[in-house]
Amino acid sequence: MNPAFSVILLTTLIGAGQGLFLALVTVQSYAVFGLLPAAAGGALYVPGSLSALLLLVAGLGASFFHLGRPERAWRSAAMWRTSWLSREVIVLPVFMAVVALYLVLQLAGGDSELLLTSGGRSITLSLAIGALGTLLAFALFVCTGMIYACLRFLAEWSTPLTPLNFTLMGGASGFTVAAALAAGLEPALVPFLAGWALVLTLLAGIGRLASLVRNARLKPRSTLQTAIGVKHPQVVQRSMGFMGGSFNTREFFHHARPATLRAVKPVFLLLAFVLPLGLLAAGRAEFQAAAMLASAAVVQGLGLVAERWFFFAQARHPQNLYYQAVS
Amino acid sequence: MSRKQLALVIDLNVCVGCQACVTSCKEWNSAGAAGPMSDQRPYGADPSGTFFNRVQTFEVGEFPHTETVHFPKSCLHCEDPPCVPVCPTGASYKREEDGIVLVDSDKCIGCKYCSWACPYGARELDEHQKVMKKCTLCVDRLYDPLLPVADRKPACVKACPTSARIFGDIHDPLSEASIAIREHGGYALMPEWGTQPANHYLPRRKTRLRIHADELVRADNPLAVEGHLPRPAEGSSTLEDASF
Repeated sequence: MNPAFSVILLTTLIGAGQGLFLALVTVQSYAVFGLLPAAAGGALYVPGSLSALLLLVAGLGASFFHLGRPERAWRSAAMWRTSWLSREVIVLPVFMAVVALYLVLQLAGGDSELLLTSGGRSITLSLAIGALGTLLAFALFVCTGMIYACLRFLAEWSTPLTPLNFTLMGGASGFTVAAALAAGLEPALVPFLAGWALVLTLLAGIGRLASLVRNARLKPRSTLQTAIGVKHPQVVQRSMGFMGGSFNTREFFHHARPATLRAVKPVFLLLAFVLPLGLLAAGRAEFQAAAMLASAAVVQGLGLVAERWFFFAQARHPQNLYYQAVS
Repeated sequence: MSRKQLALVIDLNVCVGCQACVTSCKEWNSAGAAGPMSDQRPYGADPSGTFFNRVQTFEVGEFPHTETVHFPKSCLHCEDPPCVPVCPTGASYKREEDGIVLVDSDKCIGCKYCSWACPYGARELDEHQKVMKKCTLCVDRLYDPLLPVADRKPACVKACPTSARIFGDIHDPLSEASIAIREHGGYALMPEWGTQPANHYLPRRKTRLRIHADELVRADNPLAVEGHLPRPAEGSSTLEDASF
């Protein structure tokens, strides 16, 4: 497929936004249940949820550049019964509204208590909103991943690893951003957040490697023989029917040289997973934490953009069988 | 199998690759309900444009045992179209009454997701209108009472000089299209995806005369000069002796 930067930015930015929000709610629930000091996260919630919201807004904004008719985008909520894209279009704004509500609650400060458990834990409104946002964040990861995973003839995408990796990579980048924010705002939380970011980055790297191994072993189900229905081992296209370009020759090829494709793979593995692991470990060990964690977030962000480019470029669409020879 | 399913049956045995269906499709649909089918830089170095129908050429086999196959390619109007359920707006739909898969260009947001979901590459985003376009089976001809009945069929079918394109309801077992599929080995493209394309293709067919060696010499040639039988011996009985 031809990677579109609008979709690359949409999926990476909202993934990081979701992950960042999950990181905040994780800190809050750990604090409520006494696994972190009760006051933990106080300096983080407002800038954190604001950053998450900004990432989501930026991702949503990027998605409009993918549309031919962005002014009709509101129509895309109609077919939620059948279309994962429609489901994503519904879940994303609802999730953004919940993040915004969470931000307002944190800004207002007066967090009302909903109930007091027998163990003396205070379940506040913002925690309940955070829990709802957590559900929505996971739902959004599933929707985004399933947009690609549900296309059964795009074999590289059609695997449960796709939504799983979207979740893990979004979570990893979000926790890394959270750790970087904590380094500036609340250094006491750095070991906790950087630790989770390390775990998620490691899991995301394993998941992505698993999908790379899987994709390397794929054998295309469609061949030129099934495409035109001629049973002969040797079939070659002599003419695609036109000499100029068309939508079919633009949209479904990555237009990069094979060498570029080969080069991007180690680059994204290095930038998205290997380097951030080292930087996060250094940050967690409180060695230049702010600089290390900030560069981890930037490097991982760039790496995930490269990863997403590769994700699209690697998918081989069966329609390309019909567009192999000009003349 | 009660609902009507209009479709094309394309006979690869007689398609000569003349591209008449391509141009007549473009001509009709540029002005038709699905139009315009815009072109970009039509006279420039890098022309591009929207087409519903293409004729491609494939070479089967290795020289000297090769065969050229001209292969017209358009939307197959699948009975289980994967492009329809993925559409977020409902702009892509399959008509209940005749099974034609259409795009409502007033609802389409141009997200291209349906084109990703079509394994055949049958959909094209119009660069001018920024909405998805596809073969409509000339739905604006089929039911037009102002057209003579003979013209109420797709423009490509009307244009084909070799009658390689048969149009009809493939759910009606007695339609010309159904009979062609049944009697001439009609097949579907990429059956591995379970899309059940309504359009079918008829394979190349060879009419071969099988001659056995003994058939080259006629055993019963009436013109052959027969050998002379030996004369009966003098005094031996003849046919006359037996009959009288």
